[in-house]
Amino acid sequence: MPSREAEPGVDGLEIAGRRLSSRLLLGTGGFASLELLAAAIEASGTAIVTVALRRIDPAARGSLVDVLDAAGVDVLPNTAGCHTARDAVLTARLAREAFTTDWVKLEVIGDDRTLLPDAVELLAAAEELVDDGFVVLPYTNDDPILARRLEDVGCAAVMPLGSPIGSGMGICNPYNISLIVDRAGVPVILDAGIGTASDAALAIELGCDGVLCASAISRARDPAAMARAIALAVEAGWLARTAGRIERRTHAIASTTDAGRVDALRSPTDAGRVEV
Amino acid sequence: MIVLNGARRADTPSLAVLLDELGLGLAARGVAVAVDGEVVPRSEWAGLTLSDGSRVEVVDAIQGG
Repeated sequence: MPSREAEPGVDGLEIAGRRLSSRLLLGTGGFASLELLAAAIEASGTAIVTVALRRIDPAARGSLVDVLDAAGVDVLPNTAGCHTARDAVLTARLAREAFTTDWVKLEVIGDDRTLLPDAVELLAAAEELVDDGFVVLPYTNDDPILARRLEDVGCAAVMPLGSPIGSGMGICNPYNISLIVDRAGVPVILDAGIGTASDAALAIELGCDGVLCASAISRARDPAAMARAIALAVEAGWLARTAGRIERRTHAIASTTDAGRVDALRSPTDAGRVEV
Repeated sequence: MIVLNGARRADTPSLAVLLDELGLGLAARGVAVAVDGEVVPRSEWAGLTLSDGSRVEVVDAIQGG
């Protein structure tokens, strides 16, 4: 039996020349405690987790950075909550200083009800940050044209949403995700909307290189168990994709041959059906 | 007068004093500072004087998506 570890790429995602040991990226938002976060990080097997930056509250300073250090994961700062390119660029620069990383998950939100990206501000921020030397991973709409434009300005990956942040609706437009994957020359990370393990498997089967997941894990009743489930789903999706699925067809095709089938007809006029 | 994280205060202390009041040393991890929209590198924290009307942002890491 061939070794799973020997399958190329199952457990490796490369972004901007840096190899991550897992195709699952974990968002740290929404965990009820740092203990639950630590357990989920371990169960997920992730190599990199997102964090946000906010004005400091001395009374509420926790040990998030220590927990992430102890877990041995890298930090991917985000620009969550920014509504303009200007705010996102400043937040990214603050994050670079705070975490000594030039990687940033770029989020520029259009409104608070949908939390959908503002395409115009997002593209402007991406271009400015790339010019400033950042490795930019933009959270983007599931728009193949915008994804291409983000790649064109130098983003190191594109991260289309499956559905709105925290909605758990899964991948609402798999066709668009496929179009993005087909054209992308950089890794595609499905970001936002995952509700459960099967959504993550679908993302990878559609051709995504990775999945970024926060709420589906952090707000699950048992976050560590869901982290494990989604990690396995990412692996299952990868194996299924590389195994070469059968084509979809609109008619059945028997998997058992007709040859040698028994024939219980009692007379030449007997159709063999039950009489009613 | 300066504005620290959106709140006005009457005096104009140095950045080092502000950080000390926030319980942050010059080596505080996961912290960053901007003054008037420009990030201040950590190496410049100790010697930075603020001017009247400076807008200071001091941020640190929180859990987030």
